[in-house]
Amino acid sequence: MIEAFFNIEIMKAAWPIVLTGLWNTILLSLIVVPLGLLGGLILALLASIRHPLVRWPLMAWVDFFRAFPPLVLLVLLFAGLPFAGLELGGFACVAIAFFLNTGSYYGEIFRAGIDSVPAGQVEAARSTGLTRMQAMRYVVLPQAVRNVMPDLLSNTLEVVKLTSLGSVVAVPELLYEARQAQSITYNPTPIVMAAVIYFLLLWPLVRLLSRLENRALAGRR
Amino acid sequence: MSGWDKFVETFFNAKVMWKYLPDILSGMVVTIELALLIVVTGLAAGLALALLRSLAIRPLNWLIIFVVDLFRSLPPLVIIVLMYFGLPYAGPAPSGFVSTWLSLAFVLMAFSEEIFWAGITSIPKGQWEASRSTGLSFGQTLFNVVLPQAFRLTIPPLTNRTIAITKGTALGTVVAVTEILGQASSAMSNSYNPSPLMMGAAAYVVLFLPVVVAARWIETKFAWKR
Repeated sequence: MIEAFFNIEIMKAAWPIVLTGLWNTILLSLIVVPLGLLGGLILALLASIRHPLVRWPLMAWVDFFRAFPPLVLLVLLFAGLPFAGLELGGFACVAIAFFLNTGSYYGEIFRAGIDSVPAGQVEAARSTGLTRMQAMRYVVLPQAVRNVMPDLLSNTLEVVKLTSLGSVVAVPELLYEARQAQSITYNPTPIVMAAVIYFLLLWPLVRLLSRLENRALAGRR
Repeated sequence: MSGWDKFVETFFNAKVMWKYLPDILSGMVVTIELALLIVVTGLAAGLALALLRSLAIRPLNWLIIFVVDLFRSLPPLVIIVLMYFGLPYAGPAPSGFVSTWLSLAFVLMAFSEEIFWAGITSIPKGQWEASRSTGLSFGQTLFNVVLPQAFRLTIPPLTNRTIAITKGTALGTVVAVTEILGQASSAMSNSYNPSPLMMGAAAYVVLFLPVVVAARWIETKFAWKR
C-alpha cells in the first residue's frame, strides 16, 4: 500500500515534474480567474440595463453556459475548431472556454449583488448629479461586491479546481504533469502527490467558505 | 461550393450525423444513468452525514468535517483519475463508470452535507427546546420540526450545486466511460468529421437546459424573503 501510493523514491524523482505543474496551475488560475471576473462583470453590467431586448438574450446566454459542461466546451474548441481552419493551442482554448463558462457563473453572482442594492441608492446618487456610470462605479458596485463576497470566493474555488480540465487538452498543469510522471514511473504516487497539493492549496479557502456560508444561511432566516 | 455550404457540410453533415445518431443516443442513456445515480446517492449520503453531525459526537464530527473539506477542495477530475488509475494498484479495479459515479457522488455528498447542515443549524435553538419540552423525541423534533424548515432554506443552493456537479459526468470520458462526450469523440475520430461532436453538444443542451431553466424557476419560488 505504502509502496504503491506513498513511494518515497518515486516522490523524489517526480517532485520536479509535479512542481512545474503546480506553478503552471497557479499561473493558469491567475489568468483565468480575472478573465472570468471580467466576463461576469460585463454580463452583469449589461443585465443592469433593464430592457427586455437586452435582458432576455443575456439570460439565455447565461443559462446556456450553465447547462453546458465546461469539458464539452473545451473539447469543442480544441478538437472541433481545427475543422474550420482555426487551430488554437490548448492554452488558448482553456482561456476562451473559461471566459465563457465561468464568466456566466460570475455574471449571475454579480447580477444578484447589483440587485441586492436598493434602487433608492441609485436614485439618490443620480439626484446628486452623478452619471449612471458613476453611480454604478462608486455607489452600487462596491456594495454589490461586498454583499456577494462569499459566492464570489466559492466560485473562484471552483474555477481553480476546474483548471485541472486543462490536462485533457495537454496544458501542462498539475494534474497533467502528475499523470505524465505516473506513466513514466508506473506508479500512482505522483497523482497522490498532486491530490495532496490541491488539498493543501485549497483547504484554507474551503474552511473560510464553510464559515461564511454557515453564517450567511443562518442570517437569512 | 460556397463557404457556407462547406461549413454546413463539415459541422452539420447529415450523412455522418445519421450514421452516428445511435451512438450519441446510447451515450445519452449512459449520461442519464450516471447523473441519476450521482444525484440520488450523493444527496442521500450528504443528508445522512448532516444528520449524523446533528448528534454532536465530537470525534465523529471532526471526521465528517475532514471528509467534507477533502472532497470540497479536490478537483473532481483528480478524484476520478486517482480512483481509476490509482486504486488498481491497491487491489480493486473499479470501471470508469463506477469511478466517475463514486467520485462525483462523494463530491455532491460533501457539498450537500454543508448545505443541509447550514439549514439545520439555521433553525433557532429555541425551537428544539420548545419541541423537546412538549414531549417530542430527538428524532421527532429533527424530522417533524427542524428538517421541513431546513429543506426549504436549502433548496436554491442545493439545486445549483447539484446541476454543476452532475454536469461533471462529461469527465467520465477521460476514464473511457461511453457517455455522450466519449461517444461523440470516438465518432469524430472514426469519421474524421466534427458533426458527431456538434450532436453531442446538442445532446447536453437538450438534457441540461430544461434542468437549468427549472432551477431558475425553483430559485425564485423558494427565494429568501428579505
